[in-house]
Amino acid sequence: MRFIFKTDYGQDIKLAKHGGHVFWYSLLCAALVLAPWLVSEYLLAQLTFILIYGIVGVGLMLLAGFTGQFSIGHAAFFGVGAYTQAVLTGMGWPFPLALAAGAALSATVGVVVGLPALRVKGIYLGIATLSFGFIVEEVFARWESVTGGNAGKTVGQIKMFGWTADTGASFYFVCLVITVLATLAVVNLLRSHTGRAFVAIRDSEISAQSMGIHLAYYKTMSFAISAALAGIGGALYAHQIRFLSPDQFNIIQSIDLLLMVVIGGLGSIHGAFLGAIFLIGLPQAISAVKDFLPDAIGQAPGLKAVIYGAVLIAFVLFEPLGLYGRWLKIRTWFQLFPFYRKGLFKRQKSFQKSDRLK
Amino acid sequence: MSEVLLSAKNLSVRFGGVLAVNNVSFDVKPGEVFTLIGPNGAGKTTVFNLISRIYTPTTGSIDYLGVPLTEQPPHKIASLGIARTFQNIELFEHATVLHNLLIGRHTHASSGLFSEMFFTPKVRKAEIEAREKAEKVIDFLDLQHHRDSMVAGLPYGVRKVVEMARALCTEPKLLLLDEPSSGLNVEETDDMAFWIQDIKHELGITVLMVEHDMSLVSKVSDRVLAMNQGEVLAMGTPREVQSDPGVIEAYLGSVDDVSSLRRSA
Repeated sequence: MRFIFKTDYGQDIKLAKHGGHVFWYSLLCAALVLAPWLVSEYLLAQLTFILIYGIVGVGLMLLAGFTGQFSIGHAAFFGVGAYTQAVLTGMGWPFPLALAAGAALSATVGVVVGLPALRVKGIYLGIATLSFGFIVEEVFARWESVTGGNAGKTVGQIKMFGWTADTGASFYFVCLVITVLATLAVVNLLRSHTGRAFVAIRDSEISAQSMGIHLAYYKTMSFAISAALAGIGGALYAHQIRFLSPDQFNIIQSIDLLLMVVIGGLGSIHGAFLGAIFLIGLPQAISAVKDFLPDAIGQAPGLKAVIYGAVLIAFVLFEPLGLYGRWLKIRTWFQLFPFYRKGLFKRQKSFQKSDRLK
Repeated sequence: MSEVLLSAKNLSVRFGGVLAVNNVSFDVKPGEVFTLIGPNGAGKTTVFNLISRIYTPTTGSIDYLGVPLTEQPPHKIASLGIARTFQNIELFEHATVLHNLLIGRHTHASSGLFSEMFFTPKVRKAEIEAREKAEKVIDFLDLQHHRDSMVAGLPYGVRKVVEMARALCTEPKLLLLDEPSSGLNVEETDDMAFWIQDIKHELGITVLMVEHDMSLVSKVSDRVLAMNQGEVLAMGTPREVQSDPGVIEAYLGSVDDVSSLRRSA
């Protein structure tokens, strides 16, 4: 077990709380920077996808995990970012400008979608965002002059100020830098008063309000930031996949994104990335073991969907805190070894929410 | 003291056919502990919810230091200096005690979104200041042991104190306590009484509370307002109110009721 002797308040604000954090995060950064020389071209592309989905995941985590507002239409913001990037870079805009414009446009759309969140909660908000997702997908398919409709739209490489990201490695570095910046921004937000206001809204709207938190303002802001991050992720996705069609931003994509944060572990930034690793890694894992399975199972259509569904149900039932929650338990087991006891993480149910104002 | 901190005039609230609060008027003076008592369903908590703007009165007005509260949006109430606790504890469950107290400092935060994203030195300084203020409240209410515990794992008695601590973190002028002693044991209730007295004397905060425990009420209150069925029964010192025939009737029933129940010998 590690005990930290605290001598000033700055220690609680620091991002790296102790030497262990410094060591492991430095190691992670070093591994990520050296990855292009360590792994194959194919694996690097998968790593790039993990980073891209990680950005979207961090955004959705802020909304669902920290503000408690579920969005089942997040692929719409993802798509708005992707198509904005495709259109603007197609017109010759430099990458950073197009990215900023895509993020801003997604954020604006996020504000519009956030408006029903001021009135409806829980499952009803889910339905509102879901139907919004359908509308946006339809717009992508019908607005052919801009999006190319169902025929799709090709996207070029990242170009800025005379430099082109023409290799997998250079594009990977662009994604890495943006991922690190986006994550830092969200982590910083979460340790200052805006982040605390989000958490307050998640846990009790009525008392958040009596602490002086303007519910409408902060909910809208959470939607906007989340949508902006989804837009940035979408823009990078457009460059990575090089070809956009409306069916990439359908309900399945939205569910994948939500699945990512739920399986990763709601309420933790680590969870967003663990979820992204899961989301990108599982299809690879499935195709790797496919050939060793009997044909009736291995070649069955919809195998991936069944496995995804089963895993989600298993997580909701057995590990609601997701992969990150599981990791915390494993870590505690090692820290306490050999004193871990079985009921350590059992929580008493509390029955004090009975007369919450609806 | 003649001036008035909060003045409610002819408050009425109607929920459909139910008149929850009917023509209630009272003044709270600065520096006093003012208690609302009454049987269940008397409308005490509704009065609280009117002051914290969760409900809007059907008729009547609430005046706080010259500000008409009924024209203020709910989230502005805290920055005016009114903080409250809830009857059935409304803490931020999945956050630590310290985190809860820091949320209480929300009205005092001024940093913008983008400076927070970059965590500028100014934001860092504001965070440290907020922490210092929260630590003062932690010391005041003896919460040092629980500072880093998750609220979800705390016993009821401690949560009650944490909720009061969170309200104090907003640095209120008027503190609304909704049944501060409900669910507490005798010892904890005594502690609560001391704290309420300390809040009044040391911090100079005016307290408006709803309470059922008459020993606590008579220990700490300067004035008591008794309500029944949404109407004012009596107002005065705890002793005066306790001996008021209307109040006794509301709690125990009238002599006629009692005699009708008596077995004919």
